[in-house]
Amino acid sequence: MPCATARAVAIPRDRLAPLELVDSPMTRSSSPRTAARLAPRWQRFYRDPSVIFALIVIACLLIAVVAAPWLAPKDPNASFAEGLSDAGAPVAPSAAFALGTDLLGRDLLSRVIWGAQVSLFIGLVANGAAVLIGVLVGLLAGFYGGWLGALLMRFTDLMTAFPVLLLAIALTAILKPSLWIVALVIALLNWVGLARVVNSQVLALKTREYVTAAHSLGASSGRVLLRHVLPGLVPTMIVWGTLGISTSVMLEATLSFLGVGVQPPTASWGGIINESQTYFTLAPWLVVFPGLAILLTALAFNLLGEGLREALDPSSRSSRVGL
Amino acid sequence: MRFLLGRVVQGALVLLAVSFLTFGLGVLLPADPARMVAGPSASVATVNSIRRELGLDKPFFEQYTLYLTKLLRGDLGRSYKQSASIAELLISRLPATLLLMLGGVLCELMLGLPAGVIAALRPGSLWDRATMGLAFLGISLPQFVLGLGLLYVFAFIYPILPLGGYGTAAHLILPALTLGIGGAGWYARVVRSEMLEVLGQDYVRTAAAKGVSRGGLIVRHALKNALLPMIAMVGSDIGVFMGGAVVVESVFGWPGIGKLTWDAIRVVDIPVILGVVQLSAVMIVLGNLLADLAYPLADPRVRYD
Repeated sequence: MPCATARAVAIPRDRLAPLELVDSPMTRSSSPRTAARLAPRWQRFYRDPSVIFALIVIACLLIAVVAAPWLAPKDPNASFAEGLSDAGAPVAPSAAFALGTDLLGRDLLSRVIWGAQVSLFIGLVANGAAVLIGVLVGLLAGFYGGWLGALLMRFTDLMTAFPVLLLAIALTAILKPSLWIVALVIALLNWVGLARVVNSQVLALKTREYVTAAHSLGASSGRVLLRHVLPGLVPTMIVWGTLGISTSVMLEATLSFLGVGVQPPTASWGGIINESQTYFTLAPWLVVFPGLAILLTALAFNLLGEGLREALDPSSRSSRVGL
Repeated sequence: MRFLLGRVVQGALVLLAVSFLTFGLGVLLPADPARMVAGPSASVATVNSIRRELGLDKPFFEQYTLYLTKLLRGDLGRSYKQSASIAELLISRLPATLLLMLGGVLCELMLGLPAGVIAALRPGSLWDRATMGLAFLGISLPQFVLGLGLLYVFAFIYPILPLGGYGTAAHLILPALTLGIGGAGWYARVVRSEMLEVLGQDYVRTAAAKGVSRGGLIVRHALKNALLPMIAMVGSDIGVFMGGAVVVESVFGWPGIGKLTWDAIRVVDIPVILGVVQLSAVMIVLGNLLADLAYPLADPRVRYD
């Protein structure tokens, strides 16, 4: 993205033939107002300490997911005799168990490392599906309008009358809770805000000259949609997609904490806290470390999303994230 | 007036659609409600008679109209597990949850507004970056982690506040903080960006040129306008809080609707769960309607003709 836009800087805008303007999707995101300023904006993005922090955390998370079998010192689901004190209580962080053990004598560090897989799975798959639904609903409703648009957007409005967290709790409790059900429920609930934003953006994009030009040059509506409107939505999709990871990770953790998320013995950060919450005054590490993992992950994707928003789409307002 | 009437009608339509969705959800479930009411050891004949009694042998739309007429009379059905009507359960639990929500809103306003204003006074300063960093932390902190953390520090290590429960003002502090801190972070960010926008406006510059003091400028001219979006935000908080209440009330043992929901989840008492969803939709619609009503009171430029 940055290098493509750097080229756009080199070409003075008045030399661009109108047809080139129509055909290159890049010309939209680098409209004349922004073209000259884009490079410094990305420079600021890469130098922003909060973005650097976010990228480091996300890199660690990815390493934890990919290399879990080698990184985790022990089997996450194995109970160790030396993992429980003589009285049967969990063991505090020590040389043998870096982050301590849980109520069953399992190694907390290994469970936290393996738990990253659940969070990242939800963040990528469930949130990815939610972004797809949101873009599809907003795009179709905005582009085709008519009864289809009215129907889709009224349904979107209706969905805002449900509190997301409560509905997620209700749905996962009623269906049989499992990783896939949690992913499905998050995908089905988390698209609403994006659909509204995409819809209003498509309504605005539709009236732009280059879209009208493409229409009058004989482009089919499907081609206009894919080649001229969809590229304009990419910044929004990237920003919402990133912020959405944070929301979905927190949602999954909350559901698992309430016992309607990922089921034991699978290690998930919310689930670890759920299992040990009655014991937390005696073994605070069982809340602190998984809690820290959730906090850092959610924080990293929030900061990265905000940084991307400032770099890609500075005129947009930030949207409510979190629960 | 016309606008408000439109909003009321819109709200009523939303509630009708919500009732249809909630009812449909209950019907689509794999579990047999009659069997759930009768219990696992009941005979087939008992289950069948309960099914007739509940009207479950009737066609879908007949069942739905029956459900709707009952709903309009405030009858949400009966709990599978407790021998009480759901409406009674919800009403008996509502005051505690409303109190918690009030505490949550107060916490959002008392933490979020000053933080946002202070951050906007010197954008880019250390204060600004520190408060905005804290705001991000608040937004990214799951409520159950924060709640357990607060309990550990303020009720266990330094036992100045009770370890959960309900009754005095001291009991409210930690749950309200837990419920409100995420929103406070969000409020701080919105207030900051609103303030920055308003402070750059011509009329603020004019007021400054006339010799209005900095304090007067901020409070009388800038803040007044920057706070307008808060009305809609407080209105929509009710919906956000309904989910958060389940978490907060289960962590703190707060005897409200959230605790009722949590207890219902653990025994899969589906009518109670659906009743809570239904009630929260009503509260969201009411919250947004109240925000619409409050707007013209706060801002004379807004008028519904």
